[in-house]
Amino acid sequence: MSRAVETGPRRSRRSGRQGVWGWLFVSPATLVLGLFLLLPILMALWVSLLHWDGQSDPFTGGETDFVGLDNYRELFTRDGLDRTLFATSLRNNAYYVLFFVPLATGLALTLALVVNQRLLRGRGALRTTFYFPSVTSTVAVSTVFLFLFQGSGAVNGVLSWFGMKGPNWFADARGVVWVVLGGLGLVDPDHPSGLLAEHDFLGLSWFEWLSGPSVAMCTLLFLAIWTSSGTFMLIFLAALQDVPRELEEAAALDGVTRRQMLWHVTLPALRPVLFLVLTLALIGSWQVFDMVYVMGQGAPGNTTLTPAFLSYQSGFGEADYGQGAAIAFILFAIILLCTGAQRLLLRERTARTSRKAVR
Amino acid sequence: MRTRRALTAAACGMALLAAAGCGSSYDDEADAPQDEGGGSQKLTVLIATSGEAETAAVQAAADAYEAESGNTVEVQVAQDMNQQLGQAFAGGEPPDVFYVDSSQFANYAHGGSLYPYGDEITDVDDFSPSLRQSFTYEDQLVCVPKDTSSLGLVVNTGLWQEAGLTEADYPTTWDELSAVAAQLTGGDVTGLVTSNEYQRLGAFMKQAGGWVTDETQTEVTAASPENTEALEFVQGMLADGSMRFAADVDAGWAGEAFGKGRAAMTIEGSWLAGAMELDFPDIAYTVLPLPEGPAGPGTLAFTNCWGVAQDSAHRESAVELVEFLTQGEQQIAMGEAFGAIPSRQSAAAEYLAAHPEDEAWGASGEGVQGPVTARGFDRVLAQFNTDLESLRTGDPEAILSDLQRYGEAALEENQ
Repeated sequence: MSRAVETGPRRSRRSGRQGVWGWLFVSPATLVLGLFLLLPILMALWVSLLHWDGQSDPFTGGETDFVGLDNYRELFTRDGLDRTLFATSLRNNAYYVLFFVPLATGLALTLALVVNQRLLRGRGALRTTFYFPSVTSTVAVSTVFLFLFQGSGAVNGVLSWFGMKGPNWFADARGVVWVVLGGLGLVDPDHPSGLLAEHDFLGLSWFEWLSGPSVAMCTLLFLAIWTSSGTFMLIFLAALQDVPRELEEAAALDGVTRRQMLWHVTLPALRPVLFLVLTLALIGSWQVFDMVYVMGQGAPGNTTLTPAFLSYQSGFGEADYGQGAAIAFILFAIILLCTGAQRLLLRERTARTSRKAVR
Repeated sequence: MRTRRALTAAACGMALLAAAGCGSSYDDEADAPQDEGGGSQKLTVLIATSGEAETAAVQAAADAYEAESGNTVEVQVAQDMNQQLGQAFAGGEPPDVFYVDSSQFANYAHGGSLYPYGDEITDVDDFSPSLRQSFTYEDQLVCVPKDTSSLGLVVNTGLWQEAGLTEADYPTTWDELSAVAAQLTGGDVTGLVTSNEYQRLGAFMKQAGGWVTDETQTEVTAASPENTEALEFVQGMLADGSMRFAADVDAGWAGEAFGKGRAAMTIEGSWLAGAMELDFPDIAYTVLPLPEGPAGPGTLAFTNCWGVAQDSAHRESAVELVEFLTQGEQQIAMGEAFGAIPSRQSAAAEYLAAHPEDEAWGASGEGVQGPVTARGFDRVLAQFNTDLESLRTGDPEAILSDLQRYGEAALEENQ
C-alpha cells in the first residue's frame, strides 16, 4: 500500500505519457472505427427519431420532421398495420432462433466429434463434405432450394415414393404446431376459436403467436442449418484438437465410458467455444435477411417476414427510413439482451470462485 | 487524463467534421441552380428495364434526341430502381430523367423530388385520363406516363380448341367466364391462373362497380358490397378449382404457368407478349377484353411515368427530352420494339390499328382504373395482397374491412 503511494506520481506521469503515445498509435484505427462504425450508428439512431422520407438532409435543422419516439410507439403501442407486421416478424424470427440455434449447434458438435475421431477413415474427405455448404453462397443455395421444394419438385418426388404427399412448401403459410395438432384431430386450424382466438398481444392473436414456424419457414430453417453447421463444425473441430490429450488419457485410466468422457471431460473443455458458437448462431439468426430476400420476401402470409427484412422494406421499399432505423435498433437491443442472458447462463461458476480464492 | 479527454474530443470533432463534409452535397436551397450556359448539356436517364429490347429501344430514342438537340444523353439501367433512386435523392444528385414507379410516385412528389412539368408538354390531354389522374399530385400533373398497358384475358388457343370450345364461347360475363374455366380445367390444366394480387383481382372489383379508393384517392372505399361481391365470385372459382393462384401451380408468375400450358387462361397485360416471345415462342394465344361484371366492363391500367428531378441542373432540357420520348412517333417505335402500348391516345389508336391482336391491352377511357398512388398505400396494399393469398378459405368481408382500416390510417397520416 505504502509503496504504491511512494511510486504514485512517477508512475502516473510515465503512464500518462504512455497514454498519449498509446492514443496516438491507435488514433488511425479509432478514427476509422469512429467514422465508419460509431458515427453511422449514431446517425441511424437520430434517423430513428425522425419522420424522414429520404429526400432531404436529416442532419440540418428546419427541414427535418422530428417525431421523438413516434416510430417506436407505432411498433409497440399503436394499433395498426405497422405493429401487426412487426409483431409477426418478431414471432417468425423467435421461432427461427428457437429451432436454429440448438439444432445447428447440436449438428455441428456431432459432426465435429465424428470427424475428430482418429480412427475414422477418409476424415479429410468428410470434413470437406460437411464444410462445403458453408462455402457456397446463400443466394445460390436458396435459388436451388426454391426448385427442390416446389410443389412438384424433387423433395416431393422423393416423398411420393413413400406414399406421402408433400405440401407446396413455399406457398404453405400454416404453422407447424397447428398442422400437427390438426392432424391429430385436437384442434381445427382453419377455424380457431375460444381463448386463443379472442386474446391478442401486439395486434396478433394468441393463436397466431403459438402457431410455430410455418411450413415455408421450416424449409428456410432446414437450409440455414444445413449451410451454417459446417462453419460451426470447423470451430468445434479446432477446439476439440486443443483438448489436452493428457486429460482424456487420465480419464481413460480412471475407466470412464465414452458418454462420461463426453459429458465430463470434452464438453467442459469446449465451454468457451460453445459460448462463441451459440453467440454467433444467435446473432446470425436474429439478422437473417438474404434467404428471406431470395426465397419469398415475407410470403406466404408474412410467415417468412423477419425484422431485418421488414427494416429494409420499410426503409427502401416504402421510404419510411425512420421506422426502418427504429426496427434496426430494436433488433440491436434484442440481440444484446439475448447475448447477455446467454452469457449469464453459460458463465463458469466454479472457475470464478476459485480464481477469487487464489487472489 | 486531461490529455486523453482532449484527444478523444479532438477525434470526435474530426469525425464530425468529416461527416459534415460528406453531407454537404445536400442542396439546401429551395431551387436547384440551372445550367443555362448555352452549348451542349449532359443528361442522365435512369430506367428500370424489362429486358434488352426495352433498353435498346430507350437507347435508340435517346440517340435520336441527341442527334436532334445536340445534347448528350446517358442511359443507365438500374438493378434496384427504388433503392437506387432513393439513394440518389438522399445524396442530392439524382439523374435528370428517370422512371417513376406508380407505388413510389406519391413519396417522391410529396418529398418535392419531382419537377411538375405536366403543363409544359404539348397536347397533354391526349394522354389516357385514368393514368393522368394517377400521376396528379395536389391538382398538378407531375409527370406523364411513358406507356400504358391494361389487363386482358389471355387464352391459350390450343387448349381452348382441345376442350371443344370455339370463338363463340369467348366469355363476356362472369358466369360465362366461370363456365369456360370449369370446362377447361382437367388433368394438369387449370382454367384460369392469375396472381393473388389486387393488381389482378382488383379488375373484378372494378367490374362489380367497386375499387380500393374513390376517384381522387382521398377516401378509402374498400369495405363495400361491390368489392365483397367481386371477391366472393373469385372465391367461388377458387373453391371449385377452376381458378388457382400462380404459386399453387408451381409458377413464379401467371405468365409462366400460362406458357408451360398449366393454365388455359390468364389475366395479364402487354408485358406478357415479350415474355411469351422470349420463353415460350411456340404457344399460340389470343387476347380478349376482360369479361364484364355486374357493373359493366372494367380493367386496370399500369405504367411508369417519366420523372424529372427537381434537383436537376438541366430541367429545361430534361423536359424537352421527355417531350421527345413521349411524342406519338417515339411511342409507336417503343411499341414495335417491346410491345409497350402508347400512352397518347392518338398514338395508341394508330398502333392498335396496325396490331389489332393487342386491342384488349390498349383499353383506355371508361372502366379503366389506374394504379393507386396515394402516399403510404404501398404497405397497405402489400398486406391486402398477402391476405388475398388465403382468399380461398378466408372471409372476403374481413379482408376488405382490414384493407379499409389500414387504408384509412394511411390516408390520415398524409393529412
